[in-house]
Amino acid sequence: MTALDERSKYLRRLIVDALKGGGRGHLGSSMSMVEVLRVLYDSILRYRADDPTWRERDRFVLSKGHGCLALYAVLADKGFFPMEELLGFCRPTSRLGGHPERGKVPGVEASTGALGHGLPIGVGMALGLRVRGSDAKVIVLTGDGEINEGSNWEAAMSAAKHRLSNLTVMVDYNKLQSYGPTREVLDLEPLVDKWRAFGFATTEVDGHDVAAVERTLRALPHDAGRPTAIVCHTVKGRGFPFAEGNPDWHHKSGLTEADIAQMYACLA
Amino acid sequence: MRKTALDCVHELAKVDDRVVFVGSDLGPGVLAKMRAEFPDRWYMEGVSEQHIVGMAAGLAMEGFVPYVNTIATFLTRRCYEQVAVDLCIHDLPVRLIANGGGGVYAPLGPTHLAIEDVAIMRALPNMTVVVPCDADEMRRFMHRTLDWPHPIYIRLAKGGDKVVSDAAHGFEIGRSIRMREGADGLFVTTGVMTQLALEAAVALEGEGVRVGVRHVHTVKPLDVEGILGDVARVPAVVTVEEGIVSGGLGTAVLEACSTESPGDLHKVARIGIPDAFATQYGSQQTLLAHWGITAESLADAMRARRRAAGAR
Repeated sequence: MTALDERSKYLRRLIVDALKGGGRGHLGSSMSMVEVLRVLYDSILRYRADDPTWRERDRFVLSKGHGCLALYAVLADKGFFPMEELLGFCRPTSRLGGHPERGKVPGVEASTGALGHGLPIGVGMALGLRVRGSDAKVIVLTGDGEINEGSNWEAAMSAAKHRLSNLTVMVDYNKLQSYGPTREVLDLEPLVDKWRAFGFATTEVDGHDVAAVERTLRALPHDAGRPTAIVCHTVKGRGFPFAEGNPDWHHKSGLTEADIAQMYACLA
Repeated sequence: MRKTALDCVHELAKVDDRVVFVGSDLGPGVLAKMRAEFPDRWYMEGVSEQHIVGMAAGLAMEGFVPYVNTIATFLTRRCYEQVAVDLCIHDLPVRLIANGGGGVYAPLGPTHLAIEDVAIMRALPNMTVVVPCDADEMRRFMHRTLDWPHPIYIRLAKGGDKVVSDAAHGFEIGRSIRMREGADGLFVTTGVMTQLALEAAVALEGEGVRVGVRHVHTVKPLDVEGILGDVARVPAVVTVEEGIVSGGLGTAVLEACSTESPGDLHKVARIGIPDAFATQYGSQQTLLAHWGITAESLADAMRARRRAAGAR
């Protein structure tokens, strides 16, 4: 596993700032997707932070809404909202809740948190954009446990039927869901074959390898007549040895000062 | 009524390019002309209600006005979370056209009988619930749906229902219609129960009892002012719905009374489907009779309520 570079550490520190502010959060689920989000917002997506509903923007739907801390960190870093707001995470009047909300948080395309909603919505967006003649992309990021939900596979069939090459689904395959390993709770394998069988152009990538993720995303669409599925192999809790691969850190509440100090220390 | 609703979707699509149709796995040839004319705005997505509601949300987020059609039970029970989260939390202008409200699918048994649909749709914030009484009213209503900024649940009856609405009534979402005047009692009705109540009112008139009928096509938002205005003028009120008695129109009327005019609460009796899944097949008519929803039972309920109120 390659070491995290300074930008990856910096974004993780922003997440820890929010965890500190809220005293809780889905740490493991957020840390596995930092590099994917970083590449999307640094190099791939077309957007205007000062005009988040700009018609020609690419649409990014965070279907695994519980990973919102990583999205909030990236959006704040890009100037969608003031950085200080991260410290108000989950507080009564904050815009930044434990799951992201459209219309509340600038840059958030859909209110998610209930799982298995992002891909159907993404299919609708991609169809709508195509009917309108827009060349904007739709990228949906799902969790791995999330795709236990059948609604994803209904949407996958529909995406393939409509040959939505403007739609990409990325799976944050950290191989741990809330209870434990995905292979024990509800095995997804052979995951890449599943997406291929459902009519997607498929790719696998190390979801923490910034250059590899960027190469993969720059090549979109991977097939002019099919939607794309990118299975991102990731590590839950990446960057924090005590949390990596540890289901106890899927979500934590009651975080202590010592916990927070330990997190910052990992990112020094 | 269903044919009218779907024909209207095509008509609306001709005048507004935001209109799209999304079906699940409907009968052959549904909206074939619209499909031919607007292939990019006509979708038949298969038996996947969770997906089609989410997809409709995505289309609405892109500025479209999707009309989604399938059987009522599947459009409510199967994808309630999608309706709540994707449509209602986002407050999107998606229209759910639900086939077979109440006992329409009697021969098909309880899996297909939409008995609690109005109640559970009414429970969702931002949702509008409309139950037209006949095809003419459906047409007037559908032309009001284009610019309504919220999700709408549209409950269809069997079709071929007697036309009792009148163009002079107009149609405004959220505004009920006084179909018949009467100072001796009031039926508050929705959907095709309006026809039944009008029938009961005629029977009662033969006894010298003049009963009014207020047709509440929009169960949510409820026309509190219009309904309670009529309730205040009569000694007895019977609400009638082809839906489970808890949570629907009757409940909504009682809720309105309890906050706005608690002194009228004692006037109100409710008629609807009992709190049980159907145990019979047959036809809509036989099922309604089994549930105790007939013109005779409506008249009986009105007589009883009038007696309880001390009216003669």
